[in-house]
Amino acid sequence: MAARDWLYFALLIGALAVSVPLLGVYLARVLEGTPQRGDRVWGPLERLIYRALGIDSRAEQRWRTYASSVLAFSAASVLVLYLLQRLQGVLPLNPTHVGGVTPALSWNTAVSFVTNTNWQNYAGETAMSYFTQMVGFVTQNFVSAAAGIAVAVALIRGLVRSRTATLGNFWVDVTRVVVRVLLPLSVVSTLVLVASGVIDTLAGTHVVHTVSGSTQSLPGGAIAPQEVIKELGTNGGGPFNANSAHPFENPTGFTNFFENYLLLLIPFSLPWTFGVMAGSRRQGASVLAAMAVLWAALSFGAMAAETSGSHLLGPGITQHATATVVGGNLTGKEVRFGAAQSALFNSSATATSTGAVDSASDSYTALGGGALLTNMMFGEVSPGGVGSGLYGMLILALVSVFIAGLMVGRTPEYLGKKIQAAEMKLVAIYILVVPLAALSLTAFALLWPSARASLLNHGAHGLTEMIYAFVSTSNNNGSAFAGLNGNTGFFNIALGLAMLLGRFATIVPVLALAGSLGAKPRLEESAGTLPTGTPLFALLLTGVTVIIVGLTYFPVLALGPLLEHFVAHA
Amino acid sequence: MSLTTEAPTDLSRPPSSLDAAFLRRALRDSLAKMSPRHLVHNPVMMTVEVTTALALVFWVKDAAHQSGSTNVFAGLTVGWLLITILFANVAEAVAEGRGKAQADSLRRTRTQTSARVRRDGQLIDVSSADLRVGDLCEVGPGDIIPGDGDVVEGIATVDESAITGESAPVIRESGGDRSAVTGGTRVLSDHIVVRITANPGETFLDRMIALVEGASRQKTPNEIALDILLAGLTLIFVIAIVTLQPFAVYSHDPQSVVVLVALFVCLIPTTIGALLSAIGIAGMDRLVQRNVLAMSGRAVEAAGDVSTLLLDKTGTITYGNRRAHELVALPGVREEDVAWAALQSSLADETPEGRSIVTLVRERYVLDFTPLADTVLVPFSAHTRMSGVDAPERQLRKGASSAVEQWVRERGGEVPDEANRIVDQIAERGGTPLAVSDGSRILGIIHLKDVVKPGMTERFAQLRAMGIRTVMVTGDNPKTAAAIAAEAGVDDFLAEATPEDKMRLIKREQAGGRLVAMTGDGTNDAPALAQADVGVAMNTGTQAAKEAGNMVDLDSDPTKLIDIVEIGKQLLITRGSLTTFSIANDIAKFFAIVPAMFVAKFPALSALNVMRLSSPHSAVLSAVIFNALVIVALIPLALRGVRFRALGAAAVLRRNLLVFGLGGAVVPFLGIKVIDLAVSALGVH
Repeated sequence: MAARDWLYFALLIGALAVSVPLLGVYLARVLEGTPQRGDRVWGPLERLIYRALGIDSRAEQRWRTYASSVLAFSAASVLVLYLLQRLQGVLPLNPTHVGGVTPALSWNTAVSFVTNTNWQNYAGETAMSYFTQMVGFVTQNFVSAAAGIAVAVALIRGLVRSRTATLGNFWVDVTRVVVRVLLPLSVVSTLVLVASGVIDTLAGTHVVHTVSGSTQSLPGGAIAPQEVIKELGTNGGGPFNANSAHPFENPTGFTNFFENYLLLLIPFSLPWTFGVMAGSRRQGASVLAAMAVLWAALSFGAMAAETSGSHLLGPGITQHATATVVGGNLTGKEVRFGAAQSALFNSSATATSTGAVDSASDSYTALGGGALLTNMMFGEVSPGGVGSGLYGMLILALVSVFIAGLMVGRTPEYLGKKIQAAEMKLVAIYILVVPLAALSLTAFALLWPSARASLLNHGAHGLTEMIYAFVSTSNNNGSAFAGLNGNTGFFNIALGLAMLLGRFATIVPVLALAGSLGAKPRLEESAGTLPTGTPLFALLLTGVTVIIVGLTYFPVLALGPLLEHFVAHA
Repeated sequence: MSLTTEAPTDLSRPPSSLDAAFLRRALRDSLAKMSPRHLVHNPVMMTVEVTTALALVFWVKDAAHQSGSTNVFAGLTVGWLLITILFANVAEAVAEGRGKAQADSLRRTRTQTSARVRRDGQLIDVSSADLRVGDLCEVGPGDIIPGDGDVVEGIATVDESAITGESAPVIRESGGDRSAVTGGTRVLSDHIVVRITANPGETFLDRMIALVEGASRQKTPNEIALDILLAGLTLIFVIAIVTLQPFAVYSHDPQSVVVLVALFVCLIPTTIGALLSAIGIAGMDRLVQRNVLAMSGRAVEAAGDVSTLLLDKTGTITYGNRRAHELVALPGVREEDVAWAALQSSLADETPEGRSIVTLVRERYVLDFTPLADTVLVPFSAHTRMSGVDAPERQLRKGASSAVEQWVRERGGEVPDEANRIVDQIAERGGTPLAVSDGSRILGIIHLKDVVKPGMTERFAQLRAMGIRTVMVTGDNPKTAAAIAAEAGVDDFLAEATPEDKMRLIKREQAGGRLVAMTGDGTNDAPALAQADVGVAMNTGTQAAKEAGNMVDLDSDPTKLIDIVEIGKQLLITRGSLTTFSIANDIAKFFAIVPAMFVAKFPALSALNVMRLSSPHSAVLSAVIFNALVIVALIPLALRGVRFRALGAAAVLRRNLLVFGLGGAVVPFLGIKVIDLAVSALGVH
């Protein structure tokens, strides 16, 4: 890695270090619902929404009601999104005249956007109308992100409230997050992106004549706002097939930096919010530290792997950086970003469940691609998706507390809440869901010849392509390694199933856990209590994430990226 | 804790683990425990048994069309997998064995005796097995008390060594807090009438046998929660290994069932799964060895969680009686003269306070200790509140300051202001002032005070470091209580405490989410003992107290409450540490087995063989053998418990993470390598 790559990495960390405490505190205020200055601006808009939807904003919900609200809201969203795609041919705002989408793909895409996965088995510029993208997808990009945050906050409330039956109100939480956090941040960020050259137009395709005499069709669209919420809400579903590699989505080195920053912003701020709501910044800091260590380590790994070049390019080709050459493995990467910045972007996007790409992951070196895969295999907790990353990491904190709590000779407690059999049951379910979905569906797909036919490559790289798809969808990341034709009946259904399981079979136990923890008294801390706001605990949490979650995938990593790497370098 | 070892059933003496008969029994038991019906209670080991059976079937099935060396390898692997289960059973059997031996000797005590029962105004002989609650039995010298009960008439000395191991007889009398008697103990002198309070089969001795034997052992709450986590981890690896075969098939390198099972068994938390029940049994056993009977494992766990200890001042924090602390001479009087007069006037005082004055003077002053000649000793009486000595020419007195002042004034003497000032000062500091006079003159003041047992201050400091608050409970006035509390170093005190006050205190602590432990012996204590999360009843206490508490201390030593807390913590620490060890082991096992599985087909993967194990077969087998041996190696630790240190949670965590976390990650790399060297030297390849 060259000095400028280190500087770029440091600048990104610096920008986050400044913003995270500010946004973290602001999010806590919004979610705690305490009276604040913004009420005069946002209050009327929120009240309008509550009245329109018939929501009693003061009524708190028990965990079952909260969970039912999440499920009902998501089910309705899937239905609406499905119908929008099927009927887009007859709906307005369709200057490119695309027809309705097939049932299997519509289902897959609807599930994908509602679960905050944004796996795309289609190319946006040719398959979806502006209306579908702007009204359907963008709305989901906002609310699915808000729903994730709502679930995380319900879990925080379960942890910090003493003897409570209720966890807040899902509708109010979603409304407040959208109105007070996502919308204002999006408006400001959209202006930044437009000013930096990201397009924003309702015009259709432009046909232009190039100097060489041929013609090109240049797509249009309201790209800038979609691009912002795509990153900010860790969605990742781009309006164009090339995603953030497309110059209309991500034209310059600055926009690349800014988008990379946006997709990390909320996931890293939420643990800070957690600390504020728990009444102890240290509690938030230790969770944040564990997330940051894993993100930084694997991002560094990916950057190091990509800047060192690809073995596939034979001798005689200079791959190291010089004054005139960017250097590194540039296959599938935009020269305007270079190898290191591309790797950092893709690594951040896989670590945050955004899944956006500014370079082709399939063309990464074996270890670089393996690092992206490993980011997701940690269960999207480093720092993970908006909300889902925090509740995922808090689940692992409960596992860590359980083991470490016994080690200090007390019934394990986290924030003064005892972790007992009922909680461990829910934790165990949570931890089992994703490996079950990812590994068994991959195994199934590999055994089924027609599914295996979707693979571009064979051998170790083919295995990576297949496991990547299911790890990505079951962790609700949506990052595509490419090299797999996902728009088949089998993959539309199987990947959709993975996304549904990964989202809702984890949210329900998380909310049940919140309910169970909420009902308990919050015990006072003493010298005998396991301290959880310490560097040691952050280290333990990191270790638990790597050993209990990450190591499960060691055999498949050995047969995929590691085998590919060792064969290449044998 | 009792140090007597001559008693017939001394619980504090565990049977030797090297005892041949003991080992034979443990081995026999562990074979019996291979039955799935037994293993079903242990999800981890049950899974091992099921998958091992699967491996066995495939080994036999595939034997015909596989090479000799592969067959040998598969056979050895299956064999070691079976040994893994056996080792887990050995751990449990050894832990149980100690209790079983104790139960056997207790059972010998529970011989049937005949009881003389008063029925319809007549005395009839009834077998002890036919006694019913409410029966009145007469018991005389040399008789075995036929059942648990309360003394309703008479007073007797009783030999309770059968239960407590303590050979010194104790006094049991009707009424009061010393009325409870236990079936199986022997009356030494006098006649008593006992009202039976427990039906045969439900007596203390029966419960004790069931407890030490572990027959009624139920999983404790934390054990259940840990079981769930372990089952969850096991299921994750079921998923990981079952799906590994399709990946292997895709890679054109399908694996044998034996190897897949070997990897699976190595990865699931077998170490803690195998030792979990032994740890629980051994924890209970450690209490029994300290002569404490816990009525449930739940209580032992709760002891580890306790955050508030209610300690009775008298007997726990201080010695039972006040002791002479210092002598203060009045102006113009030599201290030696005060000491001499105090000594002479206390010779006739047989109360503990009086004896403590004699001790103090003899220890601190160099005097002529010969008693005066031709004297009349005036013994201490509650009426005069003085003791003394009348010699021909002088009268020495020592007693309550007011009584001595009165005595001096009656003889025309004056009480100097200085005397009053010293008396007030001592009382202020929670002490008891006694005055010493010679004739009509006051010589000085003796300062009596509660003496805190040595080492208590340090123990309270340790408890504080562990996050446990100590509250001293006393009937003293607040001033006295505050002085002793400050000296002993307790965190808080409850003065002029009534049973109701105690109850309120417990409820208040519990409302704040704190678990409370206390000791008690009187009937008055019963409600509080029942309310406390850990209630330790003294064996000398009443039946009501013993029923209400969830533990009984056979030595009736209230200080032991602190040991009980430590044992509870140690139990949890041992479980947590071995769980961490077990999980951390997985890293090395992955690196041993996964490259070995695929290296034949993909030689490049030998880069992952970081331990440089000699061959794939040897690598897999070494991991399996390590996995089995580590169980045996940890049995002593499981039985003894991880050494407990009275440190704060942060320090304990740092230490145990280093030893069991980092150690757990590193040790198997070394262990597997060493076993690999041995295995390959023996010709497995």
